[in-house]
Amino acid sequence: MSNVFLALQANEDTRAIIEAITEDNPHAVVHPSPAMVKIDAEGSLTVRRETIEALIGRSFDLQELHINLISLSGHIDETDDELTLHWNA
Amino acid sequence: MDMNVPKKKLSLKEKYSHMTRGLDWEPSYQSKDDVYPYAKYEGIKIHDWDKWEDPFRLTMDAYWKYQAEKERKLYAIIDAYAQNNGHLSVTDARYINTVKLFLTGVSPLEYMAHRGFAHVGRQLPGAGPRVACLMQSIDEIRHAQTQVHSLSNYNKYYNGLHDFRHMHDRVWYLSVPKSFFDDAITAGPFEFMVAIGFSFEYVLTNLLFVPFVSGAAYNGDMSAMTFGFSAQSDEARHMTLGLEVIKFMLEQDPDNLPIVQRWIDKWAWRGTRVLTLVAMMMDYMLPKRIMSWKEAWEVYFEENGGALFKDLARYGITMPKCIEDITKEKEHLSHQAWATFYNYGAAAAFHTWTPDEDEMNWLSEKYPDSFDKYYRPRLEYWRDEAAKGNRFYNKTLPMLCQVCQIPMLFTEPDDPTKICYRETQYKDDKYHFCSDHCKAIFEHEPEKYIQSWLPVHQIYQGNCFPEGTDPTAEGFDPLAAVLAYYHMNFGRDNLDFEGSEDQKNFDAWRGVATSND
Repeated sequence: MSNVFLALQANEDTRAIIEAITEDNPHAVVHPSPAMVKIDAEGSLTVRRETIEALIGRSFDLQELHINLISLSGHIDETDDELTLHWNA
Repeated sequence: MDMNVPKKKLSLKEKYSHMTRGLDWEPSYQSKDDVYPYAKYEGIKIHDWDKWEDPFRLTMDAYWKYQAEKERKLYAIIDAYAQNNGHLSVTDARYINTVKLFLTGVSPLEYMAHRGFAHVGRQLPGAGPRVACLMQSIDEIRHAQTQVHSLSNYNKYYNGLHDFRHMHDRVWYLSVPKSFFDDAITAGPFEFMVAIGFSFEYVLTNLLFVPFVSGAAYNGDMSAMTFGFSAQSDEARHMTLGLEVIKFMLEQDPDNLPIVQRWIDKWAWRGTRVLTLVAMMMDYMLPKRIMSWKEAWEVYFEENGGALFKDLARYGITMPKCIEDITKEKEHLSHQAWATFYNYGAAAAFHTWTPDEDEMNWLSEKYPDSFDKYYRPRLEYWRDEAAKGNRFYNKTLPMLCQVCQIPMLFTEPDDPTKICYRETQYKDDKYHFCSDHCKAIFEHEPEKYIQSWLPVHQIYQGNCFPEGTDPTAEGFDPLAAVLAYYHMNFGRDNLDFEGSEDQKNFDAWRGVATSND
C-alpha cells in the first residue's frame, strides 16, 4: 500500500493537531523540516475532531485545518467529525 | 488562533448540497448548449454533473471566513518583516535572485491562473465544479497580489524587480513559463482542468512550493516563506479539485480515457520542462540548500506521483511515458540550466555566479554520478577564467524548442555529452525541438504551435527593439537594444553577482545594521 501524506505549517495552532494525528494514527511517521511538518502514513490517515478538541480544550471545526494546511496526497473523505486521506491501491 | 465555533445547524454534507446544487437552476428560454458553448467540442462526455462531489465540501461562507484569517496572518508577517529590515537577514544577497526569478516568472502565472479558472468556472455546466473553480479563481488572484506585495519590499533595495509584468511578456527565458500558461488557457475547459488542475497542481506544484518555500525559510526570507505557505494552503484544495476532475471524467464515460491520458502525458511533460527553472533555483541559487532537485523529485514525484498513478490504474490510466526520460534527466537538469544562464548572464534580469568550493562539494555529494564527471570541470574553468578577468558571456542567440521554448540545452536521455535535437517538417517550414516529447506534442497540434512567439526568432526579425530603433545604423548594438526593449538596466540588473550593486549594497547595509558606524 502506498503512503498518503499531510503537510502542515509548524506553529502553535498545529502543535495539538499533529499530536492528535499521531495519537489516532500510530502507523504515521512525522518528518519535521524547516517551518513545516510532513506526516506520512501507509494506506490511510485520519484526523479526528474529538481528539483535537480534547487537547485544545475548545470546540474545533475540522475546516480550520485549511488555514495551516500546506499539502496532502490521497483521496479525501471529510465529515463533521473526521477527515480521512486514503489510496485505493 | 481562537476561533468561535458555533453549533452546527446543518451537517457539512447538507450545507454543501444547499450551497451548490440548491443555488443552481436549469435554463428555460436558452438551450444548455448555448449557455455552455465550450462544454462538448473536446470530446469529453459527461452524463450526470450531479455525480461531482467536492471532498472538502467547502461552501462560500466558510471559504471567506478561512481566507480572511489566512490574509490577516500573512499581512501581519509581511509588515513585521519590512519594519524589521528583514531583507538584511537573508543568508546572502545571492538569495534575492531567486525572488527576482519568482516575481518575473511565477507570479504572473498566478494571475493567469485566476483568469483561467474564472473562465472555466463559467464554462463548465456542473454547479459543483463551478463553485470550486470560482474559489480557485479568487485564490489565484490572492496569490498574485500577496506575492507582489511581499516582494515589493525587495524592490525598494535591489535591482531587477522594477518591471516584472513588462518583462514577463517579452524576456527570452520568461517566455518559457508564459507560453506554458498561454498554452493551457487557450485549450478547452476540460484540457485546462487537466493541465493546471491535475498535472500542475496535483502532480507538480509540491515541487515548486514545498521545497522552494521551505528553502526560503532556511535562507531567512520570512516574507517568501509566508506567502508561499499561505498560497500552498489553498493548493491542497486545488489539488483535490484536480484529482476530482480526473476521477469524474473517467467515471462518466469510458470514451474519455484516451483523451484524458493524452492530456496527462502532454501536461506532465510541459509542466516538468517549466520546473527546470525551479531545479536550478534549488541546486544553485539558494545559498543555504535544503534538498537537491533530485531529492525533491524523488520525494514529491517518484514516491507521491507513483502512489497516485498506481491508484488511477483502476481507471486504465498509466504513468506518462515521458517519466522515464525525466527520471534520467534528474541527474543533469539543474546543472545544464544554470550553465545556460551563466552563459547568457548579460541578458538576464538577475545575477549569476559560479558556486564556491563548499557548494561544489555539496553538489558532488548530491549528484555523485554526474556532477564531478560532467559539470564541475566546466564550472571550475569558468571560475578560473573569471578570476583572470575573462568572465565569459555568450553573445550569440540560442536555438529554441518550438514547444517548451527552452534553449536547446538538454542532452540526449542516454548521453549527457550530446545535445538533444529533434526536428520535423510541417507545410513549408522546419521546426525544432528539445526532445521526443515536445516533438510529439507539436505533431499532434501543429496549427497551435506554429504560432509560438519565440523570443530568438522575434529578435532576429527585429521585433524586440524599442520603437524607432534603426538596426542598420552604424555601431548598432543589438544586445543593448534588446535589453532596452526588456526595460533591463545594463550593469545593474544583469551580469555576474561578483561586483554587482546588489552585492555591494547588501554588504554595506548589513554592516550598518550590525555595527555602530
